[in-house]
Amino acid sequence: MNTNTFTYEPRGQMLVIHLPKELDHHNCRNLRYETDLLLSENYITRIIFDFSQTEFMDSSGIGVLLNRYKQMAGSGGSVVLYGAGAQVRRILHVGGLARLVPCFETKEAALTCS
Amino acid sequence: MEQERKCAMEGEGMEQERRRDGKNGEMLGTDGFQMEMEGFSRNEEFARVVVAVFMSRMNPTLEELDDVKTAVSEAVTNAVIHGYQNQGGKVGIACSIAGNELTVTVWDQGRGIADLKKAMEPMYTTDRSGERSGMGFSFMEAFMDHLEVESCPGKGTTVRMKKRIGG
Ligand SMILES: Nc1ncnc2c1ncn2[C@@H]1O[C@H](COP(=O)(O)OP(=O)(O)OP(=O)(O)O)[C@@H](O)[C@H]1O
Ligand SMILES: [Mg+2]
Repeated sequence: MNTNTFTYEPRGQMLVIHLPKELDHHNCRNLRYETDLLLSENYITRIIFDFSQTEFMDSSGIGVLLNRYKQMAGSGGSVVLYGAGAQVRRILHVGGLARLVPCFETKEAALTCS
Repeated sequence: MEQERKCAMEGEGMEQERRRDGKNGEMLGTDGFQMEMEGFSRNEEFARVVVAVFMSRMNPTLEELDDVKTAVSEAVTNAVIHGYQNQGGKVGIACSIAGNELTVTVWDQGRGIADLKKAMEPMYTTDRSGERSGMGFSFMEAFMDHLEVESCPGKGTTVRMKKRIGG
């Protein structure tokens, strides 16, 4: 798996987005276009971000999460994430995202939460 | 005059005090480096890594390394996106160590910031794409001990940050 790009895994009405190793401005450039396309073509009620390969995230990642959160909240859907390491958890916390987006340890927990 | 000097946006010089230690001939005084790179987004990671490698001589904890990498990423990304509007331009980075304090300076010669006070408020962004949330300066402030920004519309922006490493 290429760890510099996003990979998308549709799971029924859920969309799992596997995030790159470095979630910065450079690597976030195409995400918006790609997810908007997927969201318009599929009926998605939950976006699940996979941070298990991500070692670094900055405010660009916060922007991506927040924008997806607003998008999904607007249509009654949800955004959750799993696999966040220490640096990512710190950024989520300081950025105030931890309150909005539920964080899980495993993919299974993220898929089955209600 | 003072204003003119501030607007010159010179990179912070490495005015080092070069004294020799009588015993082993090691250099004393401020240790540091200065570099300039093209403000392309692919260089953002490069900038983080260079600063992380440089500061590793201070024996930082992983958390301290992450904090500095995040702050550098914010400052460099701002130069690339806002300073140069993704069109490229020179981004300068200088690091120095004095005792247990690391100083990182990031500068650009881009469009500059008209209202600095407002720009530094949490959640303030001039981005219209909806993909940015105005957290950059807040992160620099949260993860470093000291943050200082100078900017001049049309001339550029300099961000200077300090952090004590290891206590
Ligand atoms: N180097 C710079 N040159 C010109 N304008 C800048 C520069 N750095 C910051 N700014 C201005 O300050 C604002 C706030 O910056 P900040 O980094 O806090 O948020 P952001 O970059 O908009 O969003 P985020 O960092 O969360 O992705 C920017 O929107 C921009 O208008
Ligand atoms: Mg920013």
